[in-house]
Amino acid sequence: MINIALPKGRLGEKVYATFEQAGFECPSIKENNRKLIFENAEKGVRYFWVKPSDVSIYVERGAADIGVCGKDILAEYNPDVYELLDLKTGVCRMAVAGKKGFYDDGGHTLKVATKFVNIAKTFYAGKGREIDVIKLNGSIELAPILGLSDVIVDIVETGTTLKENDLDVVETIMPISARLIANKASFKFKTAQIERLTECVGALIK
Amino acid sequence: MSENILKKEERVAFALRSLYKKYGYLPYKMSKFEAYDLYVANKDFLVGDGVITFNDTDGKLLALKPDVTLSIIKNAGEESRKVYYHENVYRISGETKQFKELMQVGLERIGDTGVYGLYETVYLASASLNEISPDFVLDISHLGVLSAVLQDLGGDNAFRKEIMAKIAKKNAHETRALCEKQGVAPKKTERLLTLVKTYGDMQSVLKKLAPLCENEQAKTAFAELQAVCSLLTKTEFADKIRLDFSVVNDMSYYNGIVFKGFVGGVCEGVLSGGQYDRLMERMGRKTGAIGFAVYLDLLERLSENKNDYDIDTLVLYNAHTDLNVLSETVASLTSTGKSVSALKDKGKLRFREIVDLTGEERK
Repeated sequence: MINIALPKGRLGEKVYATFEQAGFECPSIKENNRKLIFENAEKGVRYFWVKPSDVSIYVERGAADIGVCGKDILAEYNPDVYELLDLKTGVCRMAVAGKKGFYDDGGHTLKVATKFVNIAKTFYAGKGREIDVIKLNGSIELAPILGLSDVIVDIVETGTTLKENDLDVVETIMPISARLIANKASFKFKTAQIERLTECVGALIK
Repeated sequence: MSENILKKEERVAFALRSLYKKYGYLPYKMSKFEAYDLYVANKDFLVGDGVITFNDTDGKLLALKPDVTLSIIKNAGEESRKVYYHENVYRISGETKQFKELMQVGLERIGDTGVYGLYETVYLASASLNEISPDFVLDISHLGVLSAVLQDLGGDNAFRKEIMAKIAKKNAHETRALCEKQGVAPKKTERLLTLVKTYGDMQSVLKKLAPLCENEQAKTAFAELQAVCSLLTKTEFADKIRLDFSVVNDMSYYNGIVFKGFVGGVCEGVLSGGQYDRLMERMGRKTGAIGFAVYLDLLERLSENKNDYDIDTLVLYNAHTDLNVLSETVASLTSTGKSVSALKDKGKLRFREIVDLTGEERK
């Protein structure tokens, strides 16, 4: 039996559809009820929905053997897990954005507002640029408009929110998409099942 | 009876010490403190950052030891030595990001790291895991093979370091992307990816690995790995040892064989070790060395004896109870081998049976 943590929401449903197509279906998951865990003993899978940012915690601690998690979470928290597949869904990018026409003259400490503190720190440390990180939990786009920060580091999907607020992407940090991750110990003890699932799901990804 | 008093990790610690002694390893006892300089000079060798430091009475900066290996090397001369230790170390725990006291048992083999020495160490690592639980897996890798394949890719150190990080996560898709960006020849990329994706028993992996080892360095490393594996296949643990090139330790300290052990029911590796000739070199020693540590604190999660009761018998008494009767009752009960607690108030204690000496009817 493999325990699979899926992120609640649209991305998770899309990923489940791929798993189903790959032959790891669990019909009870589609029943509209308040159950949290769904099992198909015949296929050897048990699914559960968790908050997207918690998937990597469930997997790292072994409560789930595998899970599906955004690259943004993996890059931010660097959990000690295997990253087996790029599922190529939920595609977007982690980017630096600022007010239209923003130019970093490098003359002063750059104020960066973000939810992704570690990603921002690593990115600017790689450039040797001194920054002041301002950790926000939402509405990051407001920060440069109100002068709280010079730039923001955030996920950009279509760029519409940025445009509507007169902001622009300054540079891309990394591409983001959903990844299939596995607990390291589970991979040792359930190697055949996890490898088979990875292979079947992998074959469906274009 | 006394077996039950020991916790899992304590029982394992005793078993491991007697195992290492049987193979001629001598006990090594170190002090709790060590000069901070030792750790600064070899910062990357330590499992995590963060050392608890304090000033000695003469102002010298000391540290609560975060590691045992460095002290053993520091105190070892040039002659061969085989030692085992059972020590507490102080580190930032991966889970809580706070300092924790962690119990470790391990061994170091200094000098004499020929094929037999390597084999015996890996064998003892398997035997150690077997003491914890027969449901274990030991993953072995050879950094010599990995480093030869990496050298072949070209690129600078930063590139190779990035690739290593991807390999450690079995991340084939990003390894491929990195190689493409760097302009590595597709044939070399495929060779590296085979290494990333290959996981399994010793024989099948060695077979796949042989054609990948083309240059001299890779061939030498492969021959060593093959020789060690051929001895290991004859042991009782052969089916629990796998080859996995995602086991990567820092190459500026480790070279040669490295390994990591897992037991069922614990979500992270409980044993970690490898050959660290480079560290020896950095510390001015000419000999090679290999060793491993077992992280006993992780075994707490295996606790098989979840008791339904705290004690066998609760003897309830009050101010009216004859203390002679009470002491006799307790003595006679304990002599039958039961655990007994004489209390005035039972509180939340869980007990198998109760002996009421209060003289009142129990409700």
